[in-house]
Amino acid sequence: MSHADQAGAHGLDRHQTDLAPGEEYGEEDIGKGVRGYLIGLALAVLLTLCSFAIVHTKVVWAPAVPVAILVFAVAQMGVHLVFFLHITTGPDNTNNVMALAFGVLFVVLVVGGSVWIMANMNANMMPGMPHSAMPNSATPHQPMTQPMHH
Amino acid sequence: MSSTASPGSVTAGSITALRGDPHHLGHSRDGHGESRATGRGIGGPAPKRIVVAYGFWIFILSDIVMFASFFAAYAVLQGGIADGPTGPEIFDLTNTALETGLLLLSSFACGMASLALGARRMLYFQVAMAVTFLLGAGFVALEVMEFADLVGRGLVPSRSAFLSSFFTLVGCHGLHVTIGLLWLLTMMAQVLTKGFRPDIVRRTLCFALFWHALDIVWVGVFSIVYLMGSIT
Repeated sequence: MSHADQAGAHGLDRHQTDLAPGEEYGEEDIGKGVRGYLIGLALAVLLTLCSFAIVHTKVVWAPAVPVAILVFAVAQMGVHLVFFLHITTGPDNTNNVMALAFGVLFVVLVVGGSVWIMANMNANMMPGMPHSAMPNSATPHQPMTQPMHH
Repeated sequence: MSSTASPGSVTAGSITALRGDPHHLGHSRDGHGESRATGRGIGGPAPKRIVVAYGFWIFILSDIVMFASFFAAYAVLQGGIADGPTGPEIFDLTNTALETGLLLLSSFACGMASLALGARRMLYFQVAMAVTFLLGAGFVALEVMEFADLVGRGLVPSRSAFLSSFFTLVGCHGLHVTIGLLWLLTMMAQVLTKGFRPDIVRRTLCFALFWHALDIVWVGVFSIVYLMGSIT
């Protein structure tokens, strides 16, 4: 964010040499750099405190607590990406953002897909089989085509 | 293209449009003119440190994909406790909060080291890196103590699927931090002996990326493993 602002303030001349993620400008921008990291630290601390507080207090309706924790976690990851890793929307960051988008797609597919499929298989377990994700070799496997709800 | 609509009347503007980026990527904020950002068009090739950092960013993302598969395994195997302890019985959230604070401050100190690196200030750089190391080492120490306590109570990875996936995910992150600490000491020594040489600066830049990325993974660990594991 700070880089994009600086590019706007100083024009493209300031930006002729590109910046890699995590890279800093130079001596004259140290004040701005420190300020950026301080903002990031403050936001990260705030979001962390919110996450821990929401578990310890009963402010939020209990079934919504996991969702709230996930929201705070994603928000904090965003804060880290912007203020610590300096992933910005600037023209010098296009490649990094594209790679990040692919990474996010992959993470969502792997985690979401695994949880979805395994929850579905757990729900379709035969009655009497241990209700866990561990495959139990003691019970012969049944075809999963007919879910049996009791 | 607008120039093909009116053949024969090629103006200076349409020539610019032909030479320019047809997809209008990377244009400046006012929307006119070719971006002088390097790596495309008239900007010329990107400098080496951009390419190096981009390559390392790809590695970090692949590392995060690996962590994602461990996260998926943990989410799936979380319920397989095999009559052993559950998450709320073994998690100490005070310890987790301390670890989180140490790693976050370590990431901040690493940012200060990056600033000192950019400004070529040796003393500030070495001090900030030393602080980064101490905070990171504190994190590893807390995690080792937590693991030793669990193992001492017979809660080893082979006890249940839940503990297997827990030790794999959290231990893999701890291993990354430990390797990062070794890398940190290496960069302190290299900057001290070789100075702010371009290749050394690029290497230190990659280390900073690695260190910040580990903190991002830890956000996922403390949120999904410790906090969400403590409420079920």
